[in-house]
Order: sequence, then structure tokens, then C-alpha cells
Amino acid sequence: MTSKLATIAAVRFGLGPRPGELAKIGNDPRGWLKQQLRPVTMRIASADGATRLDEYYEARGKGADEVAKMLRGQTREQFRDEAAKRTLAAVTSETPFLERWVQFWSNHFTVSVQRPVVLGLVVPFEDEAIRPYALGKFRDMLLAVARHPAMLLYLDNAASVGPNSRAGIRRERGLNENFARELLELHTLGVNGGYTQNDVRELAKILTGWTIPPRAARMGPLLAAGGEKAAFRFVPNVHEPGDKQLLGATIRESGEREGLEALLFLSQHPATANFIATKLVRHFVADTPPQSSVLAVAKVFRDTDGDLAAVAQALIDLPAAWDPPLSKVKTPNELVISALRGIGATESPDVLRGAAGSLQQLGQFPFTAPSPAGWSDESSSWIGPEAALLRVEWGLAFGTRAARVTEPGVLLANTIAPLASKPTSFQIEHAPSAAEAIALLVASPEFQRR
Amino acid sequence: MTDILIARRSLLLGAAAVTLAAGTSRLALAAADTDRRFVFVLLRGGMDGLAAVAPYGDNDYARLRGSLALAKPGEADGALDLDGFFALHPSLAPIHSWFKEGALLPVHAVATSYRDRSHFDAQDLLENGTKAPHAASDGWLNRTLSLLPGAGERRLGLAVGQQVPLVLRGPVQVASWAPSNIPAAQPGFLDLVREIYKGDKLFSTALANGIAASDGASSALGDDMKTMGKPPANGAPRPAAAVTLATAAGKMLAEANGPRIAVLELGGWDTHAGQGAARGRFAGAATALADSLVALRTSLGPAWQDTVIAVATEFGRTAAVNGTGGTDHGTAGAAFLAGGAVAGGRVAGKWPGLAADKLYQARDLAPTTDLRAVLKGALRDHLRLPTAKLDTAVFKDSSDAPPLAGLIRV
Repeated sequence: MTSKLATIAAVRFGLGPRPGELAKIGNDPRGWLKQQLRPVTMRIASADGATRLDEYYEARGKGADEVAKMLRGQTREQFRDEAAKRTLAAVTSETPFLERWVQFWSNHFTVSVQRPVVLGLVVPFEDEAIRPYALGKFRDMLLAVARHPAMLLYLDNAASVGPNSRAGIRRERGLNENFARELLELHTLGVNGGYTQNDVRELAKILTGWTIPPRAARMGPLLAAGGEKAAFRFVPNVHEPGDKQLLGATIRESGEREGLEALLFLSQHPATANFIATKLVRHFVADTPPQSSVLAVAKVFRDTDGDLAAVAQALIDLPAAWDPPLSKVKTPNELVISALRGIGATESPDVLRGAAGSLQQLGQFPFTAPSPAGWSDESSSWIGPEAALLRVEWGLAFGTRAARVTEPGVLLANTIAPLASKPTSFQIEHAPSAAEAIALLVASPEFQRR
Repeated sequence: MTDILIARRSLLLGAAAVTLAAGTSRLALAAADTDRRFVFVLLRGGMDGLAAVAPYGDNDYARLRGSLALAKPGEADGALDLDGFFALHPSLAPIHSWFKEGALLPVHAVATSYRDRSHFDAQDLLENGTKAPHAASDGWLNRTLSLLPGAGERRLGLAVGQQVPLVLRGPVQVASWAPSNIPAAQPGFLDLVREIYKGDKLFSTALANGIAASDGASSALGDDMKTMGKPPANGAPRPAAAVTLATAAGKMLAEANGPRIAVLELGGWDTHAGQGAARGRFAGAATALADSLVALRTSLGPAWQDTVIAVATEFGRTAAVNGTGGTDHGTAGAAFLAGGAVAGGRVAGKWPGLAADKLYQARDLAPTTDLRAVLKGALRDHLRLPTAKLDTAVFKDSSDAPPLAGLIRV
């Protein structure tokens, strides 16, 4: 007999139980979650961001047609493969809370292949800028994100030039505000965090020179010195001279250090703690985050200087996170992953293809978010009329396949049994076929919610 | 197992027969109380109004725009003249003739009441129809629906896409539809799902609306559902997703018992870098817009005469080219009204000029027309809604932005 709390741990904090997981959680759901908060070394992409940049430059060296061909062909295929592998890692993970945690931060710092130039870089981005810092300090993740080629290209900072820098004067180039604005609005302070248009401009100036190195520079001296290929470079020639003002603080002219100072300042700003806590509580508790929970999490964020492992613990310790009924609706990504976990799917070409196809059909293929704000975390964005019907139809297609490898009663016991309402249990039990029983199970509100 | 997998979206009129045979009533259509159609095309990302409708006659245009300035009308890759001062972007060529015909009405220097530069807050405000982001959880088009006769009996609102954007969300039930390659579920199975959704309002309401939309689409699209979104047999390139959706929306709106208000969303307008003049990222987005509008017109057929399409975006962009061949978030921009019911053939709005002292905060095109006034003018004269309701219910607390007159043929 598994408890409701074990189920909540598995569906709300985890990614939905795999067979046997509820028993393993037993009567220590908080302990099961907290023991997952240990750093794990893991990489999904087959190459690092620096290598992918090389491949891009190499194609570019051959001319515009070659770049277009590369983006259309092999890079797109490689991206799709890696995105499917990333989904499979979530399906098979034995630390599903940690995996959800990584996906949360990846979405917070969205990079999306809506800008095709980053196709080869988005999965390395998660590997290099998100995953290694998921249990570390927020400021370290922020810095890794701000220096990663995927972000530098996605939000255009790579091309931004100080108008009064040497290069700016010589080549008549200038600022691009894109990254600076989203860094303030989406990554740190939040839109009501108290910054002005002038702060956006000043931060853009501070970050001029933060860019990707040209190919030759990356390959030559660094490799000769035995170092790793770099995917980030500060170019003083492009950096806007002079002191800058950011939210009332003066950042003295100091080249690359200005950016480091600004990022540290933003990561420690109280508005950032509040903004991050609000998003986290929305993710783990309810679409409309209870203020007391937000305050509790924000306090831990501030008191620990943004220690993300401590923040994760604080979320686990929120009483509100353990109150059924579950009010959140799974995103398509969460729905597909939890269904595959429910039937105990393991790596196979069929599962990879099926997972990728399902995510495409339901409108949430990884790393394709429509904007830098990332995927919505509110049910009103996901349960439109067409989407609701599509989830039912998808459930039926899933049930037809899943009936070959599992039985409805087993799946029910392994997943939502403690939460299932009487009508849901009754309809599953009396469904005309195993496929339809499984379809009803995954279409049920108890399975669709978390 | 195949008996439970019927390709819902491949069904022809047979869908109704199946439904009736199962003894349920999924098609609840009331007689149309209005033949007037209104389509809102929401351009997400901030369309550069100075690129879409170029003020080539302004003395400061070429200097400010630099590498983004379009060649003059008549020159190679030149803009398409409208009235000797303004010209359309060359990628909007497919709708250029609409202007001469009187079916296209660009409005310039238009903005919402939002004056900051966040996409997400600006879109929220544009959609919720109030004076502040997040001040309402329903949208002005849903509130418009509540004023239409017949809204209680059938779903007059349609979003093409899987989800319903905020502008159409609210208490009035609406449909959303998008092509899909997942096989459909039989009515009998959907009945079982309805049973388990009874205690969950969010899921039960959405499913009921989804089924209704799907039935409506079956009857409006017929055979076309089989091929929609797939590459054409003759080897021509696959149509852009937006064009497919626009075609579907037009066909559904054309139906005697179809929806009367539809929303279509287009992205790709956030051109911070590589925006280009006649070619580049802006040209790509503009091509998709023009193709979608043409697809709407074609599929509306004779209903085009009763249609107003309003095209708007959350904000314009900086007047001058930025440091990276693009434009950053700005304030005023351009909007369009199009359709057989539009009194077009002129560029509406008061031109503020591009001189340094005329720009908003020394960087953006200054707003001179409130977007709500444009939308309210269209709704009042096309859908015959009373000004008092538009001032208070549709665009809350908006009597300071009275409806613009003369936008619609009467």
C-alpha cells in the first residue's frame, strides 16, 4: 500500500514514478527527494559547445549555401537525436527530482532553436551551463550561462559593440540591447524588479566584448598551450569605455570585470531572490504561488547567497507542496516523460522515436520554446480546447502501444492508484480493451495533473 | 484495435453521421445571427512598423535607418508605394494591390498604452485589453464575443493553434483547432473520457470545446484535412504553418454556421540583429504574414466581403538601426486593417516625424494613435457594438481612446 505522499513526491517533485519507485519512496518521501541532491556528472550531447562552434564556422567558411545546407541537414538531425536522448535520460532517471530541477533551470535560461544558428549548441548549453551548476550557487550558473556561446548567439550579445570602443568607432557598429534586457527581465530581477530603460542600456554597455572567439583565436594559441578550446572570449576592442551606472550603483571601468561585477550584483539583488522564488513556487506548488511559500523560499535564497541545493531543500520542506489535490497541470513534456516512466520504458530506437514524435505532436519539442521567456508554467497556456482533445487522442495512441508491454491494473498500481477517484478507477476497470483502459488512465485528470 | 482509431481529422461529413449514430449530439449549431467576420492577427515579438510601412518621404528616414532603409519605389528591391509618402515592404507585395482596391488600411504611429519595453508584459496588456499587464485574466476578444447575439448557443470564437491565446480567453466558450496527425478517437471513447472529466472543470470544458471545434473543422475542411500541412504532391515546398492555419481559419469562418471571430498568431518579429532591408529576417516574417493574409482571403471566398482583419503587434522598434543591423524594442509602430469591409486605400494616423526632437525618448517612433481606438472603431462599425460597451466592457476604462471613425465601409 503506497501512500499519497509517496505519489506526490514522485509526480510533483519527480517526473512520475517508474515501476517500483513508489515502494522505494515508501514512507520517507522527503528523504527520497533530498538524497537526490548530490551532483552527478552527466553529458547528453556528443560534443561540447566549442566543437560545435568550430563545425559551424567550418561550414560558414565554405559559403552561405553550405551553412544553410548544414543547418537544414545534419545539424538538425543531430539536434533532434540529442533532444530525444535528453528526454530518454529523464524517462530512465533514478534521480527524477534532480532531472526536473535541471529542466526547470534550463527553461529559466531558455535558449531556443527558433534561432537556427544555435541548433548545435542548445544541448551542449544544458550540459555545460546548467547541469554542472544545478546544485551550486545561482551566480555561478548565471555566469556560465552568460558566457556560453548558445546564449551569446541566441540573444545577440556576441555581436553587440560599444559605440565608443575602438571597433565601434572604426566600423560604425553599436549596441544590441537584447541580452541585457532579458538578463534583467527574465533571468534575474523580473519585469517588476525596478530597472529602467537606462539600466538596460548601461548593462548592454557593460557586457560589450563578451562574445565568441573567432575560429583562429580559439584553435591556435589556446590549443598550443595545452588548454581547452574556448567558446567564450572577452574582446577589449569592442568594449564600451567609461564607468557605468546600474540600478544606482557605479560600475568602474574595468573591462571584463565590469560584467562579472554586474552579474554578481544582480544575483544578490533582493528582487532576484523574490523573482526566482516566485517561479519556483509556481512550478512546485500552484499556478498562483502562495505568498507565504514565496517568502520562505526567497529568504533561503538570500540567506544562502543563492545556494540552489538549499533552495531545493526549502521547496521540499514547504507544507503547501504536499497538499492534495494536485493543482498543477503537466506540460506535454512532463506528460510524455511520466507516461513512458510509468510503463518502465528503457532505451530503444522505438522509445526514442516515440518520445520525440509525441513531443512534436503535443507542441513541446525540447529547446523550441517560442521566446526567451521559455515554456509557460501555467495550465491556462496548455489546456486549450484543441490541446485537451489532442492529449486524449495521444493517450489512445499511447495506450495502443503500451498495451503490448503492460496491463492497466499494473500501470495504475505503479502510478496514480492512491490518488485515483472512484469514477476514474471504475472506468479504467471497465474499459472495453486494455488499450482503452491505459488511454483512460493517462488521459485522467489524476494523471494529467501534478 | 483499428476500430478505436478513426482519423478524426480525415473524416468528411461522415463525422456527423457517426455522431448521430452514437446517439449523442456533438454538433450544436445555431443559425448565424451575424455574417460579419472579424479576424485578429497577433504578431508576436514586436513588428518593426518602419520596415513594414516605410515613411520614405520623411527627410530623416534614410539617415536613421541606415542599412535597413528600403530603396525608393521603382528602384531595384524598392518599397511599394502607397501614397507618395509611405510605401509597403517589398515582401508584402501580395497584398499591395489590396491598397488600391481599398481593402487595406495601414495605420501608422500606433501603440497600446504600454510604455515599457518587455515583450511579455506588452503582449499581456495588448491581449487583456486593460491599461496594465496582468490586470485581467480574460481577453478583449472574449469580452467582444459576450456581446454578440448567438454567443450562448454556439462557439463563435476560434483560435487556430493548439492553445487559446489570452486575447480570446474568458468565460465565453471558444474553440481552438490545428491540423494533427494523431488518429482520432471514436465518440464512444470520448464519452468515457467525459465521465472521468466530470469532476474537473478545466479538463471537461476544454474537451467539450475541442470536440466541437473538431466537428466544425470536419465539416468546413472536408477532404482538405487529409492534405493540410503536408507537402504538395507536385513537389512545391510545404506551405508555412501559418499559411496552413490561415487557410483553415478562412474555411471555418466561411461556413454558414461557423465561427465569426478568429485569432491567428505569427512570430519571428524580434529582429535585434540581421533584420535586413529587402531581404533578411524581417523579410522572412513579412512574407509569412502576406502569404497568410492571402490564404485567408482565398479561403474566405465570398465571405471576404463581410470580413475585417486587424493585424497588430505589442510594440514597434527603435527608429534607428542598432549596432548589429537590427532594431531594439521600441514604442509606436504600424497596424493594418484588411478585408472587403474595410474603407482602405489610405494610410491612417497622424505622422509624428522622425526628426531627433520628434522621437519618443529620443529613440522610438512617437505614438500618436491609440491601438485601442483603431480596434474599437473596427468593432463598433463592423460588428455594430455600442461605444459604451466598448469603453467599459471590451477595453476596460478606455473612454480616453474613443473609437476611430471611418475605418469600415458603411
